[in-house]
Amino acid sequence: MLFVGVSAARADAFDDTLQKFLTDSYTDTEAGVTALGAGGDVRAFAVVKALQDGRLLADPAARRVLIDDGGALKDAATGAVVSPAPPPADLKRVRLNNRLRRAVEAALGALTLRAPDPARRLDAAQAVFKSRDAGALPAVEAALSQETDTRVKSALAMARAAILITSPDAPEAARIEAVGMLRERGDQSALALLSALPPGTPATVQGAADSAAAAIRNRLQIWETAQNAWYGVSLGSVLLLAAIGLAITFGVMGVINMAHGEMVMLGAYTTFVVQEAIRQKAFTFAIPGTGIGFSLPLPAALTLDWSLPIAVPLAFVVTGMVGILIEKSVIRFLYGRPLETLLATWGISLILQQAVRTAFGPTNKEVSNPSWMSGAFELGQLSITYNRLWIVCFSLATFAMLLAMLRWTRLGLEMRAVTQNRGMAACVGIRTARIDALTFGLGSGIAGIAGVALSQIDNVSPNLGQSYIIDSFMVVVFGGVGNLWGTLVGAFTLGIANKFLEPFAGAVLGKIAILVLIILFIQRRPRGLFALKGRAVEA
Amino acid sequence: MHAALRRGAGRLAGRMLAAAVGTALSLAAVLPAQAQETIKVGILHSLSGTMAISETTLKDVMLMLIEEQNKKGGLLGKKLEAVVVDPASNWPLFAEKARELITKDKVSVVFGCWTSVSRKSVLPVFKELNSILFYPVQYEGEESERNVFYTGAAPNQQAIPAVDYLMKEEKVQRWVLEGTDYVYPRTTNKILEAYLVSKGVKPEDISINYTPFGHSDWQTRVAEIKRFGSAGKKTAVVSTINGDANVPFYKELGNQGVKATDIPVVAFSVGEEELAGVDTKPLLGHLAAWNYFQSIDTPDNKAFIEKWKAFTKNPKRVSNDPMEAHVVGFAMWVKAVEKAGTTDPDKVIDALPGTTAPNLTGGTSEMLPNHHITKPVFIGEIKGDGQFDVVWKTEGLVPGEAWSKYLDGSKDLVADWVKLKCGNYNSKTQKCGG
Repeated sequence: MLFVGVSAARADAFDDTLQKFLTDSYTDTEAGVTALGAGGDVRAFAVVKALQDGRLLADPAARRVLIDDGGALKDAATGAVVSPAPPPADLKRVRLNNRLRRAVEAALGALTLRAPDPARRLDAAQAVFKSRDAGALPAVEAALSQETDTRVKSALAMARAAILITSPDAPEAARIEAVGMLRERGDQSALALLSALPPGTPATVQGAADSAAAAIRNRLQIWETAQNAWYGVSLGSVLLLAAIGLAITFGVMGVINMAHGEMVMLGAYTTFVVQEAIRQKAFTFAIPGTGIGFSLPLPAALTLDWSLPIAVPLAFVVTGMVGILIEKSVIRFLYGRPLETLLATWGISLILQQAVRTAFGPTNKEVSNPSWMSGAFELGQLSITYNRLWIVCFSLATFAMLLAMLRWTRLGLEMRAVTQNRGMAACVGIRTARIDALTFGLGSGIAGIAGVALSQIDNVSPNLGQSYIIDSFMVVVFGGVGNLWGTLVGAFTLGIANKFLEPFAGAVLGKIAILVLIILFIQRRPRGLFALKGRAVEA
Repeated sequence: MHAALRRGAGRLAGRMLAAAVGTALSLAAVLPAQAQETIKVGILHSLSGTMAISETTLKDVMLMLIEEQNKKGGLLGKKLEAVVVDPASNWPLFAEKARELITKDKVSVVFGCWTSVSRKSVLPVFKELNSILFYPVQYEGEESERNVFYTGAAPNQQAIPAVDYLMKEEKVQRWVLEGTDYVYPRTTNKILEAYLVSKGVKPEDISINYTPFGHSDWQTRVAEIKRFGSAGKKTAVVSTINGDANVPFYKELGNQGVKATDIPVVAFSVGEEELAGVDTKPLLGHLAAWNYFQSIDTPDNKAFIEKWKAFTKNPKRVSNDPMEAHVVGFAMWVKAVEKAGTTDPDKVIDALPGTTAPNLTGGTSEMLPNHHITKPVFIGEIKGDGQFDVVWKTEGLVPGEAWSKYLDGSKDLVADWVKLKCGNYNSKTQKCGG
């Protein structure tokens, strides 16, 4: 009898809390979430989790809260499936804002500290570390005494330290010990905690915190240098990718190719087309208004993760073909006339931009990152994003392959022969016109695969290429025209210099400073870092 | 050398192409309707070049509005006729094209421009030839011209309410003002800095940074924002980053794990159209401040979106804030012409202040004597589907202020084209700046 009475009272408290979700007011919802987090009712977790995922529905007419469990609507208080389901128009999703999302994370943390899965306990401990909700201290200490997993245990101890250090009621010794733990942790969130202790903190604690914060700042400074170097390498790899195709068409062939950026853009659009085909599960091609078109079904197992491996060769072929077409139709008539080449290729670049704008529309296209290119990992205090890491690897691989091709294949040999001494090459039976077209196609094709990589970090819009053309020329001229190694060194030098200048000078001034430095450098060494020597220069 | 050559050659080629396209388009628009007398409406939005991404939509929405008005019987018994030109994202070309619209095509009104620099470039033309321009984009304020009607937001209708929201709701104490390096972000940030300081924010808690147009490598900046945010005070980013630079910025935020619950970003130039190119799932909870969102649930808005999707024959087409500004501006112009009984610019300019038109979010906007309009302000959070969830809005409509109260140079200035006949009347010296 007594037992029934108690459980009925508890149910009432839970029900009362749930009622707060019906009012569509952020303040009420927050009160509800906090109460659920502190109450420890077994049903609370499902409710808060549903709220976080946007699956919590309010039914104000029937004064009840429902959880959308994969289509089935369950009453949050009883867990029973509601039938008949109320019409969707009567239900209102319980809305969240940022303040509430924080409250939800804190509540979920407090509720899952004892979850059976260690990964979830780890998340919970980290959530409590972030929220440092003093109300969670007993739960953290209880969990800490029973925890067996070492990683979770240290995360819990850290959460406990974060709560203790800001709590005025905690004994001084415990707070100083907490300072020590945070000093060990040594990252930005520890620094944030240490440098913002509440007013009224005892002088001893404050003193320990200040010296710990200073120590962390010093250590972070060193990491910052490493971080800048990494950003520089990453920017350098992007510059290398953008410039490497140009190093062939401009550097090796001597064609001032203003349409180079548009080849990069076409490569990026190829990636978009591939991803779109994978999303639709079919490759559809149609010319509007004519009825001409076809549709090619794709296997269902093909996911977006495969889009880049497919797009790379495809982009190479597409842009390579466009490049050969341009060479055959325009550029071959203009060899030796740089000004006309410049104007003609600029015209081609405008035509290509507007063609893409007409075909795909002027707005940005969504190219998503495959799952293996999303997110970041921590290396010490260094945060390295996967997409940048892959782009660094990809650009180095492209460079190596291009170099190997020029060095060891017959086509590469003929290319070098033609660019070094056209007349002699023709005499020994090389069809120079064909080699010219293939070389230009190769440069364009490489620009195309650069576009695949750049689609992962930049906008896919008709203007994509324009933002890279100046940088590309800069790299090639700086590195030394006609020398692939020069392009490599030039790209990484410029990238790293840029990233070390940016924190001091700002992005705008940094860019200007780099330009000025290059101008000065070119004054001193007009042929760039790695100047070609010997007969090839005059050819 | 390459850059210089490229720019010169580019401008020449761009102009030639744009001129060709522009002429072709205006010819196409003029030919079929020559039989009867019409009222011509000029549309001055870039259809090529960097700004085409934003402005093409506005041209489409104007064509739709004009078609709709013609279905209702036109205006003053005449049909309306759209004259479309393409200024090709080239600022001097904006002025040339505006002149062409007014003198050659004899348009009665022009709806156009996006960037502040394009507006500044056409201003002298509209003054000299005495015509009317409706400008639909949120801008930095500090301007009121007799020939221009500003239907976009002034800073007090977007930036200041957004900062207020962050201060009240998110208890933000530390601010990063991140912008693209040109006139709108610089002026807006100047106003915001003065406003924040007046609210007791310490100067060391404000960090202002500018990046070039189209900046794509945000690694350093995002890391810097994280570092600035680790000083133990709640930090937020106020972003006036423009156009194309936004997508890489948000991608980098997502990848470096900057969540809205830690450091929220509130943006003034990111709308539904810009988010169309981004996977918004990692951006959940980041904010934008506008006077209109596609997701706002009113009958007017629903009807408008349906018409828009039918007109563009694209069920995925999104609507955004500057489009709504054109809807409101066009309705006001129609009313003012009806009231004046003529399209004579002087009479229409006099008739416009006081004109009201329903906006799509359930209110009624009014053209004020300073040529700005009253608007509601909404704060929206980015949702997973690229739309916004409105989390806050102003009580009523906020009147646009041409001159900011928070800047030394402008706090004494008053714009009133009805009584004072002046756009920058100095209330201290009691003189019109002219």
